[in-house]
Amino acid sequence: MLKIEDLHVSIKGREILKGVNLNVNAGEVHAIMGPNGTGKSTLASVIAGKDGYDVTGGNIIFKGKNIMDMSIEDRAREGIFIGFQYPVEIPGVSIANFMRTALNEIRQYRGLDPLNGAQFLKLMNEKKKIVELTEKLSTRSVNEGFSGGEKKRNEIFQMAMLEPMLSILDETDSGLDIDALRIVANGVTKLKTKENATIVITHYQRLLDYIVPDVVHVLFDGKIVKSGPKELALELEKRGYDWIKEEYEQGKLI
Amino acid sequence: MKPFADYLEQLKQYRLQTQPDPFRPVEEYFKCQVANMGSIMLPILNGWYVHEDMPLTTYENGVIAGSIKAAIAQYPELINPYLCKLQENEKSGLIESNEHEFTDGIFIYVPDNTKVENPFQIVSLVNSREDLLVQNHNVIYVGNNSELSIIQCDDSTKYGKTFINVVTEITLSENARLHYYKTENKEAESMLFNHIFVNQKAYSQFHSNAITFNAGYVCNDIHVNLNEPFAEANLYGLYLVDKTQKCNNHIQVRHHATDCKSSQLYKGIMDDESEATFHGHVVVEQDAQRTAAFQTNRNLLLTDKAKINTKPFLEIYADDVQCSHGATVGQLDEEALYYLRSRGIGERSARKLLMFAFANDICQHVEIQALKDRLSDMVQRRLNGELTICDQCMWHDAENSNVIFPIDASKL
Repeated sequence: MLKIEDLHVSIKGREILKGVNLNVNAGEVHAIMGPNGTGKSTLASVIAGKDGYDVTGGNIIFKGKNIMDMSIEDRAREGIFIGFQYPVEIPGVSIANFMRTALNEIRQYRGLDPLNGAQFLKLMNEKKKIVELTEKLSTRSVNEGFSGGEKKRNEIFQMAMLEPMLSILDETDSGLDIDALRIVANGVTKLKTKENATIVITHYQRLLDYIVPDVVHVLFDGKIVKSGPKELALELEKRGYDWIKEEYEQGKLI
Repeated sequence: MKPFADYLEQLKQYRLQTQPDPFRPVEEYFKCQVANMGSIMLPILNGWYVHEDMPLTTYENGVIAGSIKAAIAQYPELINPYLCKLQENEKSGLIESNEHEFTDGIFIYVPDNTKVENPFQIVSLVNSREDLLVQNHNVIYVGNNSELSIIQCDDSTKYGKTFINVVTEITLSENARLHYYKTENKEAESMLFNHIFVNQKAYSQFHSNAITFNAGYVCNDIHVNLNEPFAEANLYGLYLVDKTQKCNNHIQVRHHATDCKSSQLYKGIMDDESEATFHGHVVVEQDAQRTAAFQTNRNLLLTDKAKINTKPFLEIYADDVQCSHGATVGQLDEEALYYLRSRGIGERSARKLLMFAFANDICQHVEIQALKDRLSDMVQRRLNGELTICDQCMWHDAENSNVIFPIDASKL
């Protein structure tokens, strides 16, 4: 579904990603781990199409299409979703209006009729349950005055509404207490199907107790230096990242 | 200018020819289509109060409303203490001219201890093929412990050039409350000068919300005098201008007494080569201790040629005060745009959503729910480029809300 080939990305002349290769198939959950500042969030932003990143080489292929020249919104309409680490507050835009606009623009892109008010409300009420949201979303502004946990739940709620093919959850576990973590992780698990795929970016193992990955990758110094089964995450939790650094510097890793 | 009797005669003739019931109240020709607002219409056409034979209405609760000219004749003792009572330093040439030559206007009198349930709606329409000068004078008096809401709509339809010069004198007695909503939707060929003077006694509250959808050339002056302790004035405003429209908001709030509060929040979006001014002036006099005064002006400029002149200005002579002021001029938040687009919303729609959110903030301060919804909707359509003139506010056939009254409006 997603194929990243030798991706090189710079910000203001400094190279952040130095040749990332990644292959994600439908039905899989991948975890990308690594210490701070190794390019995990940059990778998510570049897949989303955010401005300000200089892609100096490589390709991102999604469902067989090269998306490098696609706009942010078209990538979303193709089925890519980013769960943000710091969701932005947008006063004055209600969550309901936001989601309805998004959903209908995506539907239009795919040649589907827009949902009417009643259909939309029904859908919204179904999806709210997935992340145990009880607030009235028609009056609440997007993320305004939300706690850290509410913001992350709202991200997963949006994911539930938009039903993306590929979800990239960027540090979704940061700032969450154990209950919020459980709700968010359960939400993600409920949304998993054979057709979609999830990339979980994190630097703690604890989220992976709930969202069990098929593959764990370690991003270090702008490259994926090690990949392995879910046990790799446990090993990282136990031993930290220093041994990765050592092995990388000794040239034992690719 | 044609005398009012001519307009009325034409209207009557038309109704005799076409209407099954020739005795339908003339107010029905002005029909605002905002649902569930229950407003009482005070129509003004080309500067004249429109009525059948009742220039002034006295309601059961003692409220009087109607033509100011009739009020001067019938109730001099009620109106004279509040008519043309501006200080010399508040006057300008335009105001002098208005005082001497106003043709008509609205008088609203609310006695003590009266809560007026239904808002009064002053609809001032200009419709003329000839160039027109309109000078109206309004006097609004709200008695002790009384409450009133006013919605004032200034609209014009195409045809001739118009120059409108309106003076409104508002007196709020002790613990009186007035909500004053203004919408302005003016054609490019029209100039509108609105001078509003408010005098407030102890514990009175004045809330105004002025929304300019289309400007032509609009100048809104509001002068508020907080004369006695614990009076409060909250002034909100929104201006949405494009092309070569101009909208000026001049506000002066004078804190004469202790413990008063005032706030101003004005927002604007300027497109094309439009121009707007915000001049907010707060004076806190030496004896006005424990004053709280806040001013904010926020603007979005959509083009390089659009222009905003903003001057939030505090002049403080007391020492125990809580005051703040600020102005911003900017573009839309890029992070918010990215967030919206990352959910599949196209850039254009995302910009519109953010602009709407920015502007709709002002509508949120409207207390009448039906009006709030309607204004939000109008803001949305204005930003979509769909609203040119308040299209629901025309001469409607009363029974059937969507049929436009088929009179040749140019003859009115």
